[in-house]
Amino acid sequence: MALPNGAYRGLLATVAAVFVGLVLWFVISLIVQAKPAFSTLGFSWIVQKTWDPTHGKFGLLPFILGTIETTAIALVLAVPIGLGTALALAYLVPHRLRASLGTAVELLAAVPSVVYGLWGLIVLAPLCREYLEPFLTSVFGWTGLFNGPDQGVGLVLAGIILFVMVLPTMVAISRDVLAVVPNDQVEGAMALGATRWQVLRKVVVPGARTGLLGGLTLATGRALGETVAVALVIGNSPYIAHSIKSPAATLPSLIVNNFGEATGTELSALFGAGLVLLVIGVGVNAMARALVRSTARGGAASVAVA
Amino acid sequence: MMTTLTFDAPADPILERRRRIQSVASASLRRRKNYSRVAIGVCWVFLAVAIVPLIGVVAYVVIKGLPAWNADFFTQVTEPEGIPGGGVWNAIVGTAVIGAIATAVAVPVGLLCGLFLAESDGRIAGAIRFTADVMTGVPSITIGIFGYIAIVKNTGHYSGLAGAFAIGIIMLPVIMRAGETAIRGVPFHLNEAALALGARRATVARRVVVPAAMPGIITGVLLAVARGLGETAPLLLTIFGNQYLQWNPTKPMEALPLVIYNYSSQPYADLVQVAWGAALLLMVVVLVLSIGSRVLAAVLQREKR
Repeated sequence: MALPNGAYRGLLATVAAVFVGLVLWFVISLIVQAKPAFSTLGFSWIVQKTWDPTHGKFGLLPFILGTIETTAIALVLAVPIGLGTALALAYLVPHRLRASLGTAVELLAAVPSVVYGLWGLIVLAPLCREYLEPFLTSVFGWTGLFNGPDQGVGLVLAGIILFVMVLPTMVAISRDVLAVVPNDQVEGAMALGATRWQVLRKVVVPGARTGLLGGLTLATGRALGETVAVALVIGNSPYIAHSIKSPAATLPSLIVNNFGEATGTELSALFGAGLVLLVIGVGVNAMARALVRSTARGGAASVAVA
Repeated sequence: MMTTLTFDAPADPILERRRRIQSVASASLRRRKNYSRVAIGVCWVFLAVAIVPLIGVVAYVVIKGLPAWNADFFTQVTEPEGIPGGGVWNAIVGTAVIGAIATAVAVPVGLLCGLFLAESDGRIAGAIRFTADVMTGVPSITIGIFGYIAIVKNTGHYSGLAGAFAIGIIMLPVIMRAGETAIRGVPFHLNEAALALGARRATVARRVVVPAAMPGIITGVLLAVARGLGETAPLLLTIFGNQYLQWNPTKPMEALPLVIYNYSSQPYADLVQVAWGAALLLMVVVLVLSIGSRVLAAVLQREKR
């Protein structure tokens, strides 16, 4: 199979073109299938508040908000806890345990999300209803964010499940980038009399910030796009949530729950929901990539100045 | 009379300043050390907070799933609610067939794309690389919608092939980028030596570069397969589910993630039990693939030396 060089390059270029073609087909077919919804409903349906297929109303706002809220809850938990865990795994845990604990975290990142959903629905939902939600209400009730009955399933639980799900990914990436901060910088800071925390806070974390941002992006993307784990624990209510305990729905859970019976404009509206989700996902990804590129440049410059 | 100068004259400004600096410095050191102790303690607490739910998930799946594992579980097909017994053989077959088709298509295409990316540095290659990176982060349900539009709608019915199509597209960019990274890691002088002997580029790739990059490629492929097998959302829109045994991928099929998803919210204890058993099976398969990729990569790496 010794192809001439020209044919070999041609073959590779063709296969690469096939990949590009697939991606284009993917995006275009989604746009084409969502088009009927846009042409019958205009563009404003995306931000309308009512989802009521029997009356021809397909507002996506509750689901866009639900997607953003669950992701926000997950990140509020995952950023500090993930960073603390990664710091502990990279610098505080005894040397002998570091490698095995790191491998364990990486393996957990491979556990399918539906397993997290099953665990959340059957194990965590009752705990959430009996203990966590009453506790949160008694402590934070004055904010007005925790009104309504304790149901177990809802935004809080969905956020927590997403947090548990993205945590291994985030910790695995953060640990890797924290561990490769040059040792002489760490030792230099220690020689200047910095405490352990000062070394971590002022040298290790800033040195790794590009990679930390990358891990955060990946976690955000997974949380935004997660379907089944969220669909199992969010309660699937097509109304805008008035409380963090309320059942709600996200764009992916809307699609997966209504796909089976949908026809006509509703089906097209679900494709439109997929398109909106794709735009949000790619937007976050591209923004983070730009951010990473700019901080990477800043990092290199500051090192050069130092 | 002159007043005698006492040795520790309180008026001496230099000594006074030194004493003040020392007291400030030691207070600052104490404060910094206390702060550090608290902050490090918080890191340890976060580590504990992170470990508890993760161990909880794994422990629960093992404890709840193992009792579901019996001979019927692996040999019988799923039974509807109310009928006792039944297993997940149809789901195992579905997951295996779909996974095999997706892997068989995505691996060669992905590796050739990876080779292309590794050998090109231009603007086009950069754009393709960027596209692949973005595709790895695309929500999997949108790819399920694509599978539905491209295959289910055009053929008129749900099928295992539509699922394999969607799973293959999810695996493809992962294999591409892992392959590119592995191939770029091969020392360039191996390339140059082979080319200097008069080998064609295709021969160099097949006989020198790809074998040398094999540990990285295998790790990437197995991780992509592990990810593909655990995907649920795309399958919900493409293979539909099937409570009968189905080997034919042009027909609707069952799959393990589907069993977990559909049975977990059922009010019947025996169906939830089957969901736990399926979750344990899926977790074991995925972990075996992940651990296997590491072990295999390590063994190949050692053999190369």
